[in-house]
Amino acid sequence: MTDLTTLQADLTARIAGSADLAALEAIRVEALGKTGSVSELLKTLGRLTPDERRVEGPKINGLRDAVAAAIADRKAALETAELDARLAKETVDLSLPPPPERRGRVHPTMQVMDEMIAVFAEMGFALAEGPDIEDDFHNFTALNFPPKHPAREMHDTFWLPEDETGQRKLLRTHTSPVQIRAMQQGQNHKLPGWIASSQTPPIRIIVPGRTYRSDSDATHTPMFHQIEGLVIDRDIHMGHLKWTLDTFISRFFETPVVETRFRPHHFPFTEPSAEMDVKCDRSGGDVKIGQGSDWMEIVGCGMVHPNVLTNCGLDPDEWQGFAFGFGVDRLGMLKYGMPDLRDMFAGDVRWLDHFGFSAFQAPNPATGLS
Amino acid sequence: MKFTLSWLKEHLETTATVDQVVTAMTMAGLEVEHVEDPGAKLAAFSVARIVEAVQHPNADKLRVCQVDTKDGRLEIVCGAPNARAGLTTIYAPIGAYVPGSGVTLEARPVRGVVSNGMLCSAKELEVAEESDGIMELSGDLAVGALAADVLGLEAVIDFEVTPNRPDWLGVRGIARDLAAAGLGTLKPDVTAAVAGAFPCPIEIAVDGDACPVFAGRLIKGVKNGPSPAWLQQRLISVGLRPINALVDVTNLISIDRARPLHVYDAAKLEGAIIEARLGRDGEQVAALDGKTYVTTPEICVIADGSGAIGIGGVMGGESTGCSEATTDVFVESAWFDPIRTAQTGRTTGINSDAQYRFARTVDPASVTPGLELATSIILELCGGVASDVLIAGHAPAPPKAIAFDRAFVKKLSGLDVGAVRIDDILTRLGFEVDGHNVTPPSWRRDVEGRADLVEEIARIEGFDALPSTPLPPIDRPPGGALTVRQVRMRNARRALAARGYAETVSWSFMRREWAELFGGGAAKLVLSNPIASDLDTMRPSTLGNLIDAAARNARKGFADAALFEVGPNFRGDEPGDQWTAVTGLIAPHAPKHWTKASGDPLFALKADLLALLDELGAPGLQVVQGQNASWWHPGRSARLQLGPKVVIAEFGELHPRVLKALDADGPMLAFEINLDAIPEPKRRGVKTKAALDLSTLMPLRRDFAFLVGAETPAGDLIRPIMGADKALIAAARVFDVYQGQGVPEGMKSVAVEVVVQPREKTLTDPEIEGLSARIVAAADKAVGAKLRG
Repeated sequence: MTDLTTLQADLTARIAGSADLAALEAIRVEALGKTGSVSELLKTLGRLTPDERRVEGPKINGLRDAVAAAIADRKAALETAELDARLAKETVDLSLPPPPERRGRVHPTMQVMDEMIAVFAEMGFALAEGPDIEDDFHNFTALNFPPKHPAREMHDTFWLPEDETGQRKLLRTHTSPVQIRAMQQGQNHKLPGWIASSQTPPIRIIVPGRTYRSDSDATHTPMFHQIEGLVIDRDIHMGHLKWTLDTFISRFFETPVVETRFRPHHFPFTEPSAEMDVKCDRSGGDVKIGQGSDWMEIVGCGMVHPNVLTNCGLDPDEWQGFAFGFGVDRLGMLKYGMPDLRDMFAGDVRWLDHFGFSAFQAPNPATGLS
Repeated sequence: MKFTLSWLKEHLETTATVDQVVTAMTMAGLEVEHVEDPGAKLAAFSVARIVEAVQHPNADKLRVCQVDTKDGRLEIVCGAPNARAGLTTIYAPIGAYVPGSGVTLEARPVRGVVSNGMLCSAKELEVAEESDGIMELSGDLAVGALAADVLGLEAVIDFEVTPNRPDWLGVRGIARDLAAAGLGTLKPDVTAAVAGAFPCPIEIAVDGDACPVFAGRLIKGVKNGPSPAWLQQRLISVGLRPINALVDVTNLISIDRARPLHVYDAAKLEGAIIEARLGRDGEQVAALDGKTYVTTPEICVIADGSGAIGIGGVMGGESTGCSEATTDVFVESAWFDPIRTAQTGRTTGINSDAQYRFARTVDPASVTPGLELATSIILELCGGVASDVLIAGHAPAPPKAIAFDRAFVKKLSGLDVGAVRIDDILTRLGFEVDGHNVTPPSWRRDVEGRADLVEEIARIEGFDALPSTPLPPIDRPPGGALTVRQVRMRNARRALAARGYAETVSWSFMRREWAELFGGGAAKLVLSNPIASDLDTMRPSTLGNLIDAAARNARKGFADAALFEVGPNFRGDEPGDQWTAVTGLIAPHAPKHWTKASGDPLFALKADLLALLDELGAPGLQVVQGQNASWWHPGRSARLQLGPKVVIAEFGELHPRVLKALDADGPMLAFEINLDAIPEPKRRGVKTKAALDLSTLMPLRRDFAFLVGAETPAGDLIRPIMGADKALIAAARVFDVYQGQGVPEGMKSVAVEVVVQPREKTLTDPEIEGLSARIVAAADKAVGAKLRG
């Protein structure tokens, strides 16, 4: 009896005092191994009479269970301590910076293009494109610029050299030549698939792209971006034009109401022609759209000139419609506050980082334009 | 085009203010650029009279004046030599800002005498560019009268005349539109013909090619001299310099009626014929601007017996100009062809008021009325006797009648305007309305069809009245508004931005020498009139612009850059020569970092490129090394090809020679993708994806170490290994390359991990060994690879 009590006390103390898992294991083998002290005691049970066994059995089994439990507890405690110690050693200084990564940006002009396309796509416009190097016919003649007319001079055209036949190609001064490419009936050119080809009315397209004029200051650069719009159908009138532009402006600037006004203007390829102004406030240095009492011109537009329709093989007694042209960079400057157009094309990484957009800010009807 | 309210009121009966005029103009299509009010800055200035002027005690050139002013009698020090008792002049009080000298006046002593204000010169008031002494005004002016009123300064309205409306280059044309817009009533034109007192002794001849119609008359016995004040002031108010009465009358009518005229000193004409004809090669004209111009057979000249004496419709000649000594004047009123005049303007570089008007088409019906108006004013100002009027040639035919269904106004504009109102607007604008037919006035050659008439109705009725009508529904393209290519451009942008590249938009043109470095620079892609010599050639590649942008950033202290651009490159000048490039560039100067992780950044770029191509839906591409264009590093660049011919992209390190030529510090790594070369996916009606076969069996991984020739691209092992069993081998990847001890000279060891995916049942050992043998055999057959012992 005393032996068992002593043995249990001795073992329990040694278990509690074991310093590591190896020492604990040694104790376990010594007590519970095949020839361990507790195992030996268990073997004695077989030699006892049933009555003795009834008395001694529970004692010895109890000893075994108590020792096993003490070992398991100690083992768990030692394991926990060991893990804690290991983890403590694995501590790092998380104030240190992660490996450097560059922050990518989408250029604001391209962001604005995407925003504009999103709004017009919602109104049923499809996209059309044309080449940057154009011929005189598509850029001027078909658009009702009479040869040698002063309106041509106003375009500050970049010219390429004369070819053998005396013809000069040019850099398109506007995206309007794509109107011609989209409307011109019966054309038989072998052109790459991305260039707009003849459509049968009704036509409803927008044309984004690079345009070029020989001009440079804070609000003019030799290259800039336009988005052209063209709608041709049987009964499209100036009221539709007004609705389209008003609706666009309000959605693009993401304000419910932007006050606008239409003014008569002159473009050779539209009749009547107009410019649209938006109400703005220039008093604080920045331009604030939709506030104040100043007007700012924002888009040129009008009803497609009958001569343009005729030049494209459409009967102006049957078809009519409107066209408009936005300066994309300029709209971006107004919406996002870039002060100088030239910066748009300078590729300064600080400017791109500041005025650029995240890859994930793709305009989307669910998340809004911007 | 500039004019003043008082000038407008010569033609328009109105009580409108300048602001009302400006608003009405803007809404009628006359876009006002700005209104300058020179009187506004002279609000503090007023008339004063010098009572006494004595020598300054301490300065020879100064006088001390007692001056009657609106502020009472003041002592004012004045340095002008004409400061004298009795002189009426302009006074500026203390505190006034003097615009011509940029000084705000303070009461402080001038050489010991306090000046209580200032007496002003015309230059100080900015009413003249030069002046001697203080202003000398009429003695009957009241002291205290406002300087702006006395000097006749009033607001000048400056607006942009669109090329279709040359009639707006005359004040009367503006008045007519404003009257139609309801701002007042157009006054009648009271010009009466002056009967000739004698036959014109100077004959007129025209070559119709050069000048369709030319009218003229002689006025004898004029007394030329400075114009009267009203005429001088009128010209000055719109920025013209008065010269003498005869010349001033022509300038007046040019602005007033958009009708340029010319006056010749008849005494200086040689011979009795004045002729308008085409120039002769080598012929010279000494023009009124003091320069000599060489004429050509494209230019219309005016000639007398001595030869060319003027450039028709552009500028008169010095030899026959009118001076104060002129007594007999020949007055010309002609109609010069717009295109010829515009060309002459460009050839000679002359941009005179006359050239500007003729180039934009002067009213051909104004030839005679203009001459009569000039005659009557000259007779009034200079006296003299006028001859008969001579006319040679024929004015172009007047505009044709347009058949006009009034219902078309609503169809095209959406505006509801009644027929009566339509006809009223047209009539006010000078159109003749005769039932169905509407005939534009002679000055409206821009009006050719019914759409032009709708514009007239709509702009006078007011664009404010336009309805806002939603667009009708339209069938939408089932695939969305964008083409596959447009979607790819958009995805390329966002994919590269997500991988850390910043998007640039750079010029489509570049320096020719740079274009040549990238395989471009052909003469037909060099602009004839570039904005700058370094922006003269259409770019063959976007790489040059990105290198330049990175170099410019580096020079500002920001050397680490990852840039990209999606835009056009040009192989030639045909539409099919333009291709869409996605171009990326890394200038690897990442900041120092405590982990000191390193690796060849070229492979980071390759990872970006492959991820991008995957995003764009490109199929698997071959890496072909050693065939890149000359601007790439020969050993550190490659192409990605689809089959043996189609190059989808080039990538690698840029050649140091190219970077040096662009003044850029290397290394720089880049890629350029030809987006248009990536095949478009087959269009499928249904969007369901192919069935997915997911094996329930564990894949096995086996590593192979091959010995191959040192020059063999390690990547060349992958295709044969994958082909050894297309059903079982799911992936193969090079994970180590080793040269050195244990590897024979001229060889390298390439370690490849092969992933085997059992399909239906677990593979037995013999099956695995069989597969391994096939892999080794395939690698041997393809590139002579031997399993390393």
